[in-house]
Amino acid sequence: MGENKKNMFLKVLSVVSIVALFLGWQLVVDFGIVPNTLLASPKQVIEMFIYKISNANPDGAVLWVHVMTSLQEALTGYLLALVIGIPLGLAMGWFVVVEGLARPIFEMIRPIPPVAWIPLAIFWFGIGLAGKVFIIWASGLVPCVINSFVGVKMTNPVFIKMAKTYGATDWEIFKDICIPSALPMVFGGLQVALAASWTALVAAELIAADTGLGFLITMGRRLLKPDMIILGMMMVGLTGVIIGIIIDKIEKRLVAGVNK
Amino acid sequence: MENRIGNDGIKNVIECKGISKYFGEGANKKEVLSTMDLSVKENEFVVILGPGQSGKSTLFRMIAGLEKPSTGHIYVNGKEVTGPNPVIGYVFQRYTLFPWKTVMENVEMGPKLKGVGKKERREKAQYFINLVGLNGFEDAYPHQLSGGMKQRVGIARAYANDPEIMLLDEPFGQLDAQTRILMEQEILRIWEKEKRTVCFVTNNIDEAIFLGDRIVMLEGKLPSKMKKIYNVDLPRPRDFTDLAFLELREEITGETELAL
Repeated sequence: MGENKKNMFLKVLSVVSIVALFLGWQLVVDFGIVPNTLLASPKQVIEMFIYKISNANPDGAVLWVHVMTSLQEALTGYLLALVIGIPLGLAMGWFVVVEGLARPIFEMIRPIPPVAWIPLAIFWFGIGLAGKVFIIWASGLVPCVINSFVGVKMTNPVFIKMAKTYGATDWEIFKDICIPSALPMVFGGLQVALAASWTALVAAELIAADTGLGFLITMGRRLLKPDMIILGMMMVGLTGVIIGIIIDKIEKRLVAGVNK
Repeated sequence: MENRIGNDGIKNVIECKGISKYFGEGANKKEVLSTMDLSVKENEFVVILGPGQSGKSTLFRMIAGLEKPSTGHIYVNGKEVTGPNPVIGYVFQRYTLFPWKTVMENVEMGPKLKGVGKKERREKAQYFINLVGLNGFEDAYPHQLSGGMKQRVGIARAYANDPEIMLLDEPFGQLDAQTRILMEQEILRIWEKEKRTVCFVTNNIDEAIFLGDRIVMLEGKLPSKMKKIYNVDLPRPRDFTDLAFLELREEITGETELAL
Protein backbone atom coordinates (compact mmCIF):
# COMPACT_ATOMS: atom_id res chain seq x y z
CA MET A 1 0.00 0.00 0.00
CA GLY A 2 2.64 2.51 1.10
CA GLU A 3 4.88 1.25 -1.69
CA ASN A 4 2.07 1.72 -4.22
CA LYS A 5 1.36 5.24 -3.07
CA LYS A 6 5.02 6.12 -3.31
CA ASN A 7 5.21 4.76 -6.86
CA MET A 8 2.10 6.70 -7.85
CA PHE A 9 3.58 9.87 -6.36
CA LEU A 10 6.82 9.31 -8.26
CA LYS A 11 4.91 8.91 -11.52
CA VAL A 12 2.96 12.10 -10.96
CA LEU A 13 6.17 13.96 -10.13
CA SER A 14 7.90 12.78 -13.31
CA VAL A 15 4.98 13.97 -15.44
CA VAL A 16 5.03 17.32 -13.63
CA SER A 17 8.77 17.66 -14.16
CA ILE A 18 8.61 16.96 -17.92
CA VAL A 19 5.62 19.25 -18.46
CA ALA A 20 7.30 22.02 -16.45
CA LEU A 21 10.49 21.67 -18.47
CA PHE A 22 8.71 22.06 -21.82
CA LEU A 23 6.46 24.83 -20.54
CA GLY A 24 9.41 26.71 -19.06
CA TRP A 25 11.38 26.20 -22.25
CA GLN A 26 8.47 27.52 -24.36
CA LEU A 27 8.05 30.56 -22.07
CA VAL A 28 11.77 31.35 -22.01
CA VAL A 29 11.69 31.58 -25.81
CA ASP A 30 8.26 33.31 -26.05
CA PHE A 31 9.26 36.08 -23.64
CA GLY A 32 12.58 36.57 -25.40
CA ILE A 33 14.65 35.72 -22.28
CA VAL A 34 16.83 33.66 -24.60
CA PRO A 35 16.83 35.01 -28.18
CA ASN A 36 15.07 32.79 -30.70
CA THR A 37 18.20 32.78 -32.86
CA LEU A 38 19.96 30.72 -30.15
CA LEU A 39 17.14 28.54 -28.88
CA ALA A 40 14.09 27.21 -30.68
CA SER A 41 10.88 26.65 -28.72
CA PRO A 42 9.38 23.14 -28.39
CA LYS A 43 6.59 24.31 -30.71
CA GLN A 44 9.11 25.24 -33.40
CA VAL A 45 10.88 21.90 -32.99
CA ILE A 46 7.61 20.03 -33.49
CA GLU A 47 6.82 22.18 -36.53
CA MET A 48 10.27 21.43 -37.90
CA PHE A 49 9.67 17.72 -37.25
CA ILE A 50 6.42 17.78 -39.23
CA TYR A 51 8.03 19.80 -42.01
CA LYS A 52 11.04 17.48 -42.26
CA ILE A 53 8.86 14.37 -42.57
CA SER A 54 8.09 15.26 -46.17
CA ASN A 55 10.55 18.05 -47.13
CA ALA A 56 14.14 17.52 -48.16
CA ASN A 57 15.04 21.22 -47.87
CA PRO A 58 17.12 22.90 -46.59
CA ASP A 59 19.59 20.08 -45.86
CA GLY A 60 18.98 17.81 -48.83
CA ALA A 61 17.09 14.85 -47.36
CA VAL A 62 13.87 14.09 -45.49
CA LEU A 63 14.08 13.07 -41.83
CA TRP A 64 13.47 9.39 -42.59
CA VAL A 65 16.52 9.27 -44.85
CA HIS A 66 18.71 10.80 -42.14
CA VAL A 67 17.49 8.26 -39.59
CA MET A 68 17.94 5.34 -41.96
CA THR A 69 21.41 6.48 -43.00
CA SER A 70 22.52 6.72 -39.41
CA LEU A 71 20.93 3.38 -38.54
CA GLN A 72 22.53 1.67 -41.49
CA GLU A 73 25.97 2.98 -40.58
CA ALA A 74 25.54 2.22 -36.90
CA LEU A 75 24.15 -1.28 -37.34
CA THR A 76 26.75 -2.27 -39.95
CA GLY A 77 29.62 -1.16 -37.73
CA TYR A 78 27.98 -2.59 -34.64
CA LEU A 79 27.34 -6.01 -36.18
CA LEU A 80 30.91 -6.17 -37.46
CA ALA A 81 32.08 -5.35 -33.93
CA LEU A 82 29.99 -8.21 -32.52
CA VAL A 83 31.04 -10.72 -35.15
CA ILE A 84 34.71 -10.02 -34.57
CA GLY A 85 34.76 -8.86 -30.95
CA ILE A 86 32.72 -11.57 -29.24
CA PRO A 87 34.57 -14.60 -30.65
CA LEU A 88 37.87 -12.83 -30.06
CA GLY A 89 37.00 -12.00 -26.45
CA LEU A 90 35.67 -15.49 -25.74
CA ALA A 91 38.77 -17.11 -27.20
CA MET A 92 41.02 -14.71 -25.27
CA GLY A 93 39.28 -15.81 -22.09
CA TRP A 94 39.91 -19.52 -22.59
CA PHE A 95 42.88 -20.14 -24.88
CA VAL A 96 46.20 -19.05 -23.42
CA VAL A 97 47.76 -18.62 -26.87
CA VAL A 98 45.05 -16.22 -28.01
CA GLU A 99 45.22 -14.27 -24.78
CA GLY A 100 48.99 -14.02 -24.99
CA LEU A 101 48.99 -12.87 -28.60
CA ALA A 102 45.91 -10.67 -28.81
CA ARG A 103 45.73 -9.05 -25.41
CA PRO A 104 48.86 -6.85 -25.55
CA ILE A 105 47.81 -5.36 -28.91
CA PHE A 106 44.29 -4.89 -27.66
CA GLU A 107 45.45 -3.22 -24.44
CA MET A 108 47.69 -0.90 -26.47
CA ILE A 109 44.89 0.29 -28.75
CA ARG A 110 42.19 0.39 -26.09
CA PRO A 111 43.12 3.73 -24.41
CA ILE A 112 42.75 5.62 -27.72
CA PRO A 113 39.24 7.08 -27.78
CA PRO A 114 37.39 5.91 -30.91
CA VAL A 115 36.67 9.48 -32.04
CA ALA A 116 40.44 10.01 -32.29
CA TRP A 117 40.33 7.61 -35.23
CA ILE A 118 38.00 9.90 -37.21
CA PRO A 119 40.69 11.87 -39.12
CA LEU A 120 42.50 8.68 -40.13
CA ALA A 121 39.20 7.08 -41.09
CA ILE A 122 38.43 10.02 -43.38
CA PHE A 123 41.91 9.67 -44.96
CA TRP A 124 41.39 6.01 -45.57
CA PHE A 125 37.73 5.74 -46.42
CA GLY A 126 36.44 9.23 -47.23
CA ILE A 127 33.21 10.58 -45.84
CA GLY A 128 30.97 7.78 -47.12
CA LEU A 129 29.63 4.71 -45.37
CA ALA A 130 32.95 2.86 -44.97
CA GLY A 131 34.65 5.53 -42.85
CA LYS A 132 31.82 5.77 -40.38
CA VAL A 133 31.39 2.02 -40.21
CA PHE A 134 35.07 1.82 -39.30
CA ILE A 135 34.69 4.33 -36.45
CA ILE A 136 31.64 2.56 -35.09
CA TRP A 137 33.31 -0.80 -35.41
CA ALA A 138 36.31 0.48 -33.46
CA SER A 139 34.09 1.88 -30.68
CA GLY A 140 31.88 -1.18 -30.40
CA LEU A 141 34.73 -3.67 -30.55
CA VAL A 142 36.27 -2.75 -27.19
CA PRO A 143 33.28 -3.49 -24.93
CA CYS A 144 32.46 -6.64 -26.93
CA VAL A 145 35.95 -8.03 -26.43
CA ILE A 146 36.28 -7.02 -22.79
CA ASN A 147 32.94 -8.35 -21.65
CA SER A 148 33.29 -11.64 -23.50
CA PHE A 149 36.78 -12.04 -22.11
CA VAL A 150 35.74 -11.31 -18.53
CA GLY A 151 32.62 -13.45 -18.92
CA VAL A 152 34.69 -16.51 -19.77
CA LYS A 153 37.23 -15.75 -17.04
CA MET A 154 34.39 -15.57 -14.52
CA THR A 155 33.15 -19.09 -15.28
CA ASN A 156 32.68 -20.88 -11.98
CA PRO A 157 35.81 -23.04 -11.60
CA VAL A 158 33.72 -25.82 -10.05
CA PHE A 159 31.82 -26.12 -13.36
CA ILE A 160 35.10 -26.59 -15.19
CA LYS A 161 36.35 -29.22 -12.72
CA MET A 162 32.99 -30.89 -12.91
CA ALA A 163 33.18 -31.14 -16.68
CA LYS A 164 36.73 -32.49 -16.47
CA THR A 165 35.62 -35.35 -14.25
CA TYR A 166 33.18 -36.22 -17.04
CA GLY A 167 36.05 -36.40 -19.46
CA ALA A 168 35.18 -33.24 -21.39
CA THR A 169 37.91 -31.95 -23.67
CA ASP A 170 39.23 -28.40 -23.55
CA TRP A 171 37.14 -27.44 -26.57
CA GLU A 172 33.98 -29.03 -25.11
CA ILE A 173 34.45 -27.16 -21.85
CA PHE A 174 34.85 -23.91 -23.78
CA LYS A 175 31.82 -24.57 -25.98
CA ASP A 176 29.40 -26.13 -23.49
CA ILE A 177 30.35 -24.39 -20.26
CA CYS A 178 32.35 -21.21 -20.67
CA ILE A 179 30.27 -19.73 -23.48
CA PRO A 180 26.82 -20.24 -21.92
CA SER A 181 28.04 -19.05 -18.56
CA ALA A 182 29.57 -15.94 -20.19
CA LEU A 183 26.38 -15.02 -22.06
CA PRO A 184 24.96 -12.55 -19.52
CA MET A 185 28.26 -10.66 -19.49
CA VAL A 186 28.39 -10.73 -23.29
CA PHE A 187 24.96 -9.14 -23.48
CA GLY A 188 26.02 -6.51 -20.97
CA GLY A 189 28.83 -5.78 -23.43
CA LEU A 190 26.36 -5.48 -26.30
CA GLN A 191 24.49 -2.73 -24.47
CA VAL A 192 27.70 -0.85 -23.67
CA ALA A 193 28.92 -1.34 -27.24
CA LEU A 194 25.67 0.03 -28.59
CA ALA A 195 25.95 3.20 -26.53
CA ALA A 196 29.57 3.60 -27.60
CA SER A 197 28.74 2.99 -31.28
CA TRP A 198 25.89 5.44 -31.33
CA THR A 199 28.03 8.13 -29.68
CA ALA A 200 30.83 7.55 -32.16
CA LEU A 201 28.41 7.64 -35.08
CA VAL A 202 27.11 11.09 -34.21
CA ALA A 203 30.64 12.36 -33.65
CA ALA A 204 31.69 10.98 -37.03
CA GLU A 205 28.69 12.47 -38.82
CA LEU A 206 29.24 15.86 -37.22
CA ILE A 207 32.65 15.97 -38.85
CA ALA A 208 32.18 14.21 -42.16
CA ALA A 209 28.88 13.30 -43.77
CA ASP A 210 26.30 14.28 -46.36
CA THR A 211 23.32 12.63 -44.74
CA GLY A 212 22.54 11.22 -41.31
CA LEU A 213 21.35 12.64 -38.01
CA GLY A 214 24.75 14.08 -37.13
CA PHE A 215 24.78 15.82 -40.50
CA LEU A 216 21.29 17.20 -39.84
CA ILE A 217 22.61 18.72 -36.61
CA THR A 218 25.64 20.20 -38.38
CA MET A 219 23.45 21.69 -41.11
CA GLY A 220 21.24 23.22 -38.44
CA ARG A 221 24.30 24.98 -37.05
CA ARG A 222 25.49 26.15 -40.48
CA LEU A 223 22.03 27.43 -41.42
CA LEU A 224 21.56 29.03 -37.97
CA LYS A 225 18.47 26.94 -37.37
CA PRO A 226 18.34 25.90 -33.70
CA ASP A 227 15.04 24.04 -34.29
CA MET A 228 16.82 21.74 -36.71
CA ILE A 229 19.70 21.16 -34.28
CA ILE A 230 17.35 20.22 -31.46
CA LEU A 231 15.26 17.99 -33.72
CA GLY A 232 18.44 16.14 -34.72
CA MET A 233 19.48 15.73 -31.09
CA MET A 234 16.09 14.37 -30.12
CA MET A 235 16.02 11.91 -32.99
CA VAL A 236 19.49 10.63 -31.99
CA GLY A 237 18.27 10.03 -28.44
CA LEU A 238 15.01 8.42 -29.46
CA THR A 239 16.57 6.05 -31.99
CA GLY A 240 19.23 5.02 -29.45
CA VAL A 241 16.57 4.19 -26.87
CA ILE A 242 14.61 2.08 -29.35
CA ILE A 243 17.65 -0.01 -30.37
CA GLY A 244 18.50 -0.48 -26.68
CA ILE A 245 15.05 -1.85 -25.98
CA ILE A 246 15.26 -4.27 -28.92
CA ILE A 247 18.61 -5.66 -27.72
CA ASP A 248 17.23 -6.02 -24.22
CA LYS A 249 14.33 -8.08 -25.60
CA ILE A 250 16.67 -10.36 -27.55
CA GLU A 251 18.82 -10.83 -24.47
CA LYS A 252 15.85 -11.85 -22.32
CA ARG A 253 14.91 -14.47 -24.90
CA LEU A 254 18.38 -15.92 -25.26
CA VAL A 255 19.54 -16.15 -21.68
CA ALA A 256 16.42 -17.69 -20.17
CA GLY A 257 17.37 -19.77 -17.19
CA VAL A 258 20.89 -18.46 -16.89
CA ASN A 259 22.18 -17.04 -13.60
CA LYS A 260 18.95 -17.06 -11.73
CA MET B 1 51.54 -54.31 -10.02
CA GLU B 2 50.25 -54.04 -6.49
CA ASN B 3 48.31 -56.78 -4.88
CA ARG B 4 44.70 -55.88 -5.54
CA ILE B 5 42.92 -58.67 -3.70
CA GLY B 6 42.11 -58.15 -0.04
CA ASN B 7 42.03 -60.86 2.64
CA ASP B 8 38.38 -61.52 1.94
CA GLY B 9 38.93 -62.10 -1.75
CA ILE B 10 37.16 -58.91 -2.91
CA LYS B 11 39.19 -56.70 -5.20
CA ASN B 12 40.32 -53.24 -4.23
CA VAL B 13 39.13 -50.66 -6.75
CA ILE B 14 40.88 -47.71 -5.13
CA GLU B 15 44.32 -47.96 -3.60
CA CYS B 16 46.14 -44.99 -2.13
CA LYS B 17 49.76 -45.81 -1.27
CA GLY B 18 51.69 -43.41 0.92
CA ILE B 19 50.12 -40.33 -0.59
CA SER B 20 50.68 -36.85 0.77
CA LYS B 21 49.92 -33.39 -0.51
CA TYR B 22 51.74 -30.12 -0.09
CA PHE B 23 50.73 -26.70 -1.28
CA GLY B 24 53.19 -23.86 -1.79
CA GLU B 25 56.98 -23.84 -1.77
CA GLY B 26 59.79 -23.16 0.72
CA ALA B 27 58.70 -21.25 3.80
CA ASN B 28 55.10 -21.17 2.61
CA LYS B 29 54.99 -24.91 2.17
CA LYS B 30 51.94 -26.30 3.80
CA GLU B 31 51.24 -29.96 4.26
CA VAL B 32 47.57 -30.78 3.89
CA LEU B 33 47.66 -34.56 3.82
CA SER B 34 50.43 -36.68 5.20
CA THR B 35 51.28 -40.23 4.27
CA MET B 36 48.00 -41.95 3.86
CA ASP B 37 47.23 -45.49 2.84
CA LEU B 38 43.70 -46.35 1.95
CA SER B 39 42.07 -49.20 0.05
CA VAL B 40 38.47 -49.30 -0.98
CA LYS B 41 36.83 -52.56 -2.04
CA GLU B 42 34.42 -53.06 -4.86
CA ASN B 43 30.87 -51.96 -4.02
CA GLU B 44 31.92 -50.83 -0.58
CA PHE B 45 30.41 -47.72 1.03
CA VAL B 46 33.31 -45.92 2.71
CA VAL B 47 32.76 -42.75 4.67
CA ILE B 48 35.62 -40.34 5.22
CA LEU B 49 34.90 -38.52 8.46
CA GLY B 50 36.74 -35.38 9.44
CA PRO B 51 36.13 -31.77 10.39
CA GLY B 52 36.21 -28.90 7.90
CA GLN B 53 39.61 -28.10 6.36
CA SER B 54 40.96 -31.57 7.09
CA GLY B 55 41.98 -32.28 3.53
CA LYS B 56 39.05 -34.55 2.69
CA SER B 57 38.21 -32.74 -0.54
CA THR B 58 41.90 -32.69 -1.47
CA LEU B 59 41.97 -36.47 -1.11
CA PHE B 60 38.94 -36.74 -3.39
CA ARG B 61 40.36 -34.39 -5.98
CA MET B 62 43.49 -36.53 -6.11
CA ILE B 63 41.51 -39.76 -6.49
CA ALA B 64 39.49 -38.09 -9.25
CA GLY B 65 42.69 -37.02 -11.00
CA LEU B 66 42.00 -33.29 -10.68
CA GLU B 67 45.15 -32.88 -8.57
CA LYS B 68 48.35 -34.86 -8.28
CA PRO B 69 49.60 -36.19 -4.94
CA SER B 70 52.95 -34.69 -3.90
CA THR B 71 54.23 -38.12 -2.94
CA GLY B 72 52.85 -41.63 -3.27
CA HIS B 73 50.58 -43.24 -5.82
CA ILE B 74 46.88 -43.73 -6.36
CA TYR B 75 45.55 -46.67 -8.33
CA VAL B 76 42.03 -47.00 -9.64
CA ASN B 77 41.21 -50.46 -10.97
CA GLY B 78 44.89 -51.22 -10.78
CA LYS B 79 45.93 -48.34 -13.03
CA GLU B 80 47.75 -45.31 -11.71
CA VAL B 81 45.67 -42.14 -11.76
CA THR B 82 47.17 -39.57 -14.13
CA GLY B 83 44.17 -37.39 -14.94
CA PRO B 84 40.38 -37.22 -14.80
CA ASN B 85 38.77 -40.56 -15.50
CA PRO B 86 35.09 -41.07 -16.37
CA VAL B 87 35.17 -44.29 -14.33
CA ILE B 88 34.81 -41.94 -11.38
CA GLY B 89 31.60 -39.99 -10.80
CA TYR B 90 32.01 -36.92 -8.65
CA VAL B 91 29.22 -35.20 -6.75
CA PHE B 92 30.49 -31.89 -5.45
CA GLN B 93 29.76 -30.20 -2.17
CA ARG B 94 28.15 -27.20 -3.78
CA TYR B 95 25.40 -27.54 -6.28
CA THR B 96 27.15 -27.75 -9.59
CA LEU B 97 24.24 -28.10 -11.98
CA PHE B 98 24.61 -25.99 -15.07
CA PRO B 99 22.01 -23.25 -14.66
CA TRP B 100 21.45 -22.91 -18.42
CA LYS B 101 20.61 -26.59 -18.82
CA THR B 102 17.40 -28.35 -17.84
CA VAL B 103 17.40 -31.33 -15.48
CA MET B 104 17.40 -33.67 -18.48
CA GLU B 105 20.23 -31.81 -20.21
CA ASN B 106 22.28 -31.84 -17.02
CA VAL B 107 21.81 -35.57 -16.44
CA GLU B 108 22.55 -36.58 -20.03
CA MET B 109 25.77 -34.54 -20.09
CA GLY B 110 28.12 -37.46 -19.41
CA PRO B 111 26.78 -39.79 -22.12
CA LYS B 112 26.54 -36.83 -24.51
CA LEU B 113 30.24 -36.05 -24.02
CA LYS B 114 30.99 -39.70 -24.74
CA GLY B 115 29.12 -39.40 -28.04
CA VAL B 116 26.13 -41.57 -27.09
CA GLY B 117 23.19 -41.03 -29.46
CA LYS B 118 20.29 -38.87 -28.40
CA LYS B 119 17.68 -41.60 -27.97
CA GLU B 120 19.94 -43.89 -26.00
CA ARG B 121 21.26 -41.17 -23.69
CA ARG B 122 17.77 -39.80 -23.07
CA GLU B 123 16.59 -43.26 -22.03
CA LYS B 124 19.51 -43.68 -19.71
CA ALA B 125 19.09 -40.19 -18.21
CA GLN B 126 15.37 -40.82 -17.75
CA TYR B 127 16.09 -44.05 -15.88
CA PHE B 128 18.31 -42.25 -13.37
CA ILE B 129 15.98 -39.25 -13.10
CA ASN B 130 13.26 -41.71 -12.14
CA LEU B 131 15.62 -43.52 -9.80
CA VAL B 132 16.32 -40.35 -7.81
CA GLY B 133 12.59 -39.59 -7.74
CA LEU B 134 12.49 -36.59 -10.06
CA ASN B 135 10.26 -37.82 -12.85
CA GLY B 136 8.15 -34.92 -14.03
CA PHE B 137 11.00 -32.42 -13.51
CA GLU B 138 12.95 -33.24 -16.67
CA ASP B 139 12.36 -29.81 -18.22
CA ALA B 140 12.82 -27.76 -15.06
CA TYR B 141 15.82 -25.47 -14.71
CA PRO B 142 18.00 -25.77 -11.59
CA HIS B 143 16.81 -22.44 -10.17
CA GLN B 144 13.30 -23.91 -10.00
CA LEU B 145 14.45 -26.77 -7.74
CA SER B 146 15.00 -27.00 -3.98
CA GLY B 147 18.41 -27.79 -2.53
CA GLY B 148 17.58 -31.47 -1.99
CA MET B 149 16.27 -31.81 -5.53
CA LYS B 150 19.41 -30.20 -6.93
CA GLN B 151 21.57 -32.78 -5.19
CA ARG B 152 19.29 -35.54 -6.50
CA VAL B 153 19.97 -34.25 -10.00
CA GLY B 154 23.70 -34.17 -9.18
CA ILE B 155 23.53 -37.83 -8.13
CA ALA B 156 21.53 -38.81 -11.22
CA ARG B 157 24.02 -36.97 -13.40
CA ALA B 158 26.95 -38.80 -11.83
CA TYR B 159 25.20 -42.18 -12.25
CA ALA B 160 24.25 -41.52 -15.87
CA ASN B 161 27.92 -41.35 -16.78
CA ASP B 162 28.29 -45.07 -15.87
CA PRO B 163 30.88 -44.62 -13.17
CA GLU B 164 32.22 -47.62 -11.25
CA ILE B 165 33.14 -45.38 -8.37
CA MET B 166 31.16 -42.52 -6.89
CA LEU B 167 32.88 -39.80 -4.91
CA LEU B 168 30.41 -37.78 -2.90
CA ASP B 169 32.00 -34.73 -1.31
CA GLU B 170 29.73 -33.58 1.53
CA PRO B 171 26.77 -33.71 -0.82
CA PHE B 172 24.23 -32.91 1.87
CA GLY B 173 26.24 -30.27 3.73
CA GLN B 174 24.07 -27.40 2.53
CA LEU B 175 20.71 -29.02 3.20
CA ASP B 176 18.52 -28.44 6.23
CA ALA B 177 18.55 -31.17 8.88
CA GLN B 178 15.31 -32.82 7.82
CA THR B 179 16.04 -32.90 4.11
CA ARG B 180 19.47 -34.21 4.97
CA ILE B 181 18.11 -37.26 6.84
CA LEU B 182 15.73 -37.92 3.97
CA MET B 183 18.56 -37.71 1.46
CA GLU B 184 20.71 -40.07 3.55
CA GLN B 185 17.94 -42.66 3.30
CA GLU B 186 17.60 -41.93 -0.40
CA ILE B 187 21.29 -42.37 -1.17
CA LEU B 188 21.18 -45.82 0.50
CA ARG B 189 18.05 -46.75 -1.43
CA ILE B 190 19.72 -45.71 -4.70
CA TRP B 191 22.93 -47.47 -3.79
CA GLU B 192 21.09 -50.72 -2.94
CA LYS B 193 19.42 -50.55 -6.36
CA GLU B 194 22.51 -49.49 -8.32
CA LYS B 195 25.52 -50.83 -6.44
CA ARG B 196 28.70 -48.88 -6.99
CA THR B 197 31.80 -48.31 -4.96
CA VAL B 198 31.01 -45.20 -2.94
CA CYS B 199 33.33 -42.87 -1.06
CA PHE B 200 31.42 -40.31 0.93
CA VAL B 201 32.91 -37.35 2.77
CA THR B 202 31.17 -35.87 5.77
CA ASN B 203 31.84 -34.05 9.01
CA ASN B 204 28.69 -35.47 10.58
CA ILE B 205 29.12 -38.53 12.83
CA ASP B 206 25.49 -39.65 12.62
CA GLU B 207 25.59 -39.46 8.85
CA ALA B 208 28.81 -41.48 8.81
CA ILE B 209 27.41 -44.30 10.98
CA PHE B 210 24.09 -44.30 9.18
CA LEU B 211 25.71 -44.73 5.77
CA GLY B 212 29.08 -46.42 5.92
CA ASP B 213 30.33 -49.98 5.74
CA ARG B 214 33.56 -48.48 6.97
CA ILE B 215 34.34 -45.14 8.51
CA VAL B 216 37.76 -43.66 7.92
CA MET B 217 38.37 -41.06 10.55
CA LEU B 218 40.83 -38.27 9.83
CA GLU B 219 42.93 -36.27 12.27
CA GLY B 220 41.26 -32.98 13.18
CA LYS B 221 44.22 -30.76 12.36
CA LEU B 222 46.54 -30.28 9.42
CA PRO B 223 48.34 -32.12 8.08
CA SER B 224 45.57 -34.62 7.95
CA LYS B 225 46.31 -38.27 8.59
CA MET B 226 44.21 -41.30 9.02
CA LYS B 227 43.37 -41.68 12.68
CA LYS B 228 41.27 -44.78 12.89
CA ILE B 229 39.08 -47.02 10.79
CA TYR B 230 35.78 -48.36 12.09
CA ASN B 231 33.95 -51.28 10.59
CA VAL B 232 30.25 -50.69 10.96
CA ASP B 233 28.56 -54.10 11.18
CA LEU B 234 25.08 -52.84 11.98
CA PRO B 235 22.36 -54.10 9.63
CA ARG B 236 20.62 -51.59 7.34
CA PRO B 237 18.38 -49.69 7.57
CA ARG B 238 20.07 -48.34 10.63
CA ASP B 239 18.25 -46.64 13.43
CA PHE B 240 19.69 -43.48 14.96
CA THR B 241 18.29 -44.52 18.35
CA ASP B 242 19.43 -48.13 18.25
CA LEU B 243 21.66 -49.03 21.21
CA ALA B 244 24.52 -50.36 19.06
CA PHE B 245 24.31 -47.18 16.92
CA LEU B 246 24.58 -45.01 20.01
CA GLU B 247 27.47 -47.03 21.44
CA LEU B 248 29.45 -46.64 18.22
CA ARG B 249 28.54 -42.98 18.12
CA GLU B 250 29.88 -42.56 21.63
CA GLU B 251 33.07 -44.39 20.78
CA ILE B 252 33.72 -42.21 17.73
CA THR B 253 32.76 -39.04 19.55
CA GLY B 254 35.28 -39.91 22.26
CA GLU B 255 38.01 -40.02 19.60
CA THR B 256 37.32 -36.67 18.08
CA GLU B 257 37.09 -33.01 18.73
CA LEU B 258 34.10 -32.89 16.42
CA ALA B 259 31.58 -33.39 19.20
CA LEU B 260 29.77 -30.30 20.24
